[in-house]
Amino acid sequence: MSAGIPPLSASPKPQVKGLNCPKCGAAIVLRSFGQAQTVVCASCHCILDAKDPNLAILQQFEAITHDVKPLIPLGTRGKLRDTDYEVVGFQRRHCKIEGINYYWHEYVLFNPYKGIRYLSEYNGHWNDISICKTLPSVEHAFLNSPGASANYLGESYKHFQTADADTDFVLGEFPWQVRVGEHAVVTDFVHPPRILSSEKMANEVTWSIGEYMYGREIWECFKLPGTPPEPMGIFANQPSPVTTNVTGVWITFAAFAVFLLALMAAFDMSAKKEPVLQQTYQYSRADAKTEPSFVSDEFALGGATATVQVKTYAPVDNHWIYLNYALINLDTGQAWDFGREVSYYHGYDSDGSWTEGKQTDSVVIPSVPAGRYYLRIEPETDPSLPRIAYTVDVIRDVPVFGIYGIAFAALLLPALVISWRAYTFERSRWSESDHPPMQLSSSSGDDE
Amino acid sequence: MTQPVANCPNCGAKIVFLWSSSVQTVCEYCKSILVRTDVDLKKVGQVADLPPDSSPIQINTEGKYGNKAFVVVGRILYEYDQGGWNEWHVMMNDGTSAWLSDAQSEYAVSFSSKAPNLPPVEQVQVGEQFTWNNQPYTVSVITPAHYRGVEGELPFQYWDKTDVTFVDLRTESGKFATLDYSDPEAALYLGEFVEFDDLKLKNLRSFEGW
Repeated sequence: MSAGIPPLSASPKPQVKGLNCPKCGAAIVLRSFGQAQTVVCASCHCILDAKDPNLAILQQFEAITHDVKPLIPLGTRGKLRDTDYEVVGFQRRHCKIEGINYYWHEYVLFNPYKGIRYLSEYNGHWNDISICKTLPSVEHAFLNSPGASANYLGESYKHFQTADADTDFVLGEFPWQVRVGEHAVVTDFVHPPRILSSEKMANEVTWSIGEYMYGREIWECFKLPGTPPEPMGIFANQPSPVTTNVTGVWITFAAFAVFLLALMAAFDMSAKKEPVLQQTYQYSRADAKTEPSFVSDEFALGGATATVQVKTYAPVDNHWIYLNYALINLDTGQAWDFGREVSYYHGYDSDGSWTEGKQTDSVVIPSVPAGRYYLRIEPETDPSLPRIAYTVDVIRDVPVFGIYGIAFAALLLPALVISWRAYTFERSRWSESDHPPMQLSSSSGDDE
Repeated sequence: MTQPVANCPNCGAKIVFLWSSSVQTVCEYCKSILVRTDVDLKKVGQVADLPPDSSPIQINTEGKYGNKAFVVVGRILYEYDQGGWNEWHVMMNDGTSAWLSDAQSEYAVSFSSKAPNLPPVEQVQVGEQFTWNNQPYTVSVITPAHYRGVEGELPFQYWDKTDVTFVDLRTESGKFATLDYSDPEAALYLGEFVEFDDLKLKNLRSFEGW
């Protein structure tokens, strides 16, 4: 301590007090110096007045459940938010929903300079809780409507649940006059990973703010042996495992999609799309008895190695025509063989009218070098089609967009997966609330 | 006002005033409550020993509030049915006086303020709103308290009081107000909650084992 005038009242250094239970004589330790209002005798379950030097008995309760044991023993010290805290009190509370008791545990943490904090634990889910110094504001809508919310320090918290909480087991010291049977209406609002709770007792309302903690973090803080209990289910303010910002994913996706579209437009604009051949041919089964195959006029493919598109138009009507094509280089003899079918069917049945196929076909041959070329064409037709005129178009250097489709799908898939995972997690979270998602509300109880 | 050094009229011990505007102090040796008059000190009463308490703050604790340094020069200890709290009288380095309250390690700094038409105590209700300095304050709790003791220097005489009603008000922005009904006329204090670490307190009490 710094030099100077000694304190005017040289009060003794506060120390942990050792006392005895007036009922059973068991040793009582007062750990929080003057801050405890009540202390519980662990052996006879008397709640004692910690302010009274004689520890007057305030209440004795039956501990029916001897297995109620704090996971962090009283007197354990740990470091939370860079401050040393000692566990000085423990209580079990429950709320009854549709006839079932749901139990949770609360720990009172003490530091002589920083005061009191709380930890709560429910089914392996932990929260680090402190009393709000700033008043939250509640939207005075009906709390049971899904839109109800509270505002705290500029953030909006959604109403999750309102329940009646009853204290059924206490141990150690409390900074308020705790009693077994103590009743409070607890209203929770969530903004994961935080939870804003109001506890309404007879004539006061206390607001607290909690932050979700994992069991392993608690075990680390308090250097506890073994492993923490596995969390069961999803807790009200548990942070979603989908840490990725879903909106951000879609913004990224949209940005890439725009980029792809721009790329496609650029390639489309830079492609020459030069028509090099357009010819209409007649075909009749009667004439083609001998040799149906023939060759087109010769045409030149210029520029660098590029794509070649072959388009076929045939006015088929409930018929088909099949064309065996070969694109042949006049100089090298190199050939690209491909067969295309044009068929178009339509009709009317019990479901209404239907169509199948169409009268046009298109195919793109990649990487065709420059040179002089011709097409060899060998048609085959539906036996019921006696005669047809069909048109063949050859276009040099067309853009190919298939690869963009694949890229698009490759981007879309992770965005969809992330969105789906985030959606299912939020649905599980809210299925435990007063505002379950629609699909579950009708079949309540089936999801447990 | 008198010089900042005087002698206890009861036991003769030297009384050093840390704050030149102090109206009352307690002799650290004989526990006499001393009130300053124009010329010298007058003994008006005697304090019982203060009960042991758990505040980490003590007389001479130093700290910072915003960019001002302060030193703790006095306190009033109150009790109510859920425990006790301290109102530490602090002197800022610019000569102003303020209060640092410590209610179970919840700290707040407040200043005596003036406002017209303060409500009489029997008309105040929990949930009611008042506007001071363009801020809406909501009554959060009305506490009938009991005066338990004093220590050090105070800006007013405070030695013959027993019961007092406090009305605490909060805002949605971390500010708070207290209406003090020690006297028939309400006294208003406006302030805000502060974090222990932000006060940068020095010369604190030490606790066994901590």
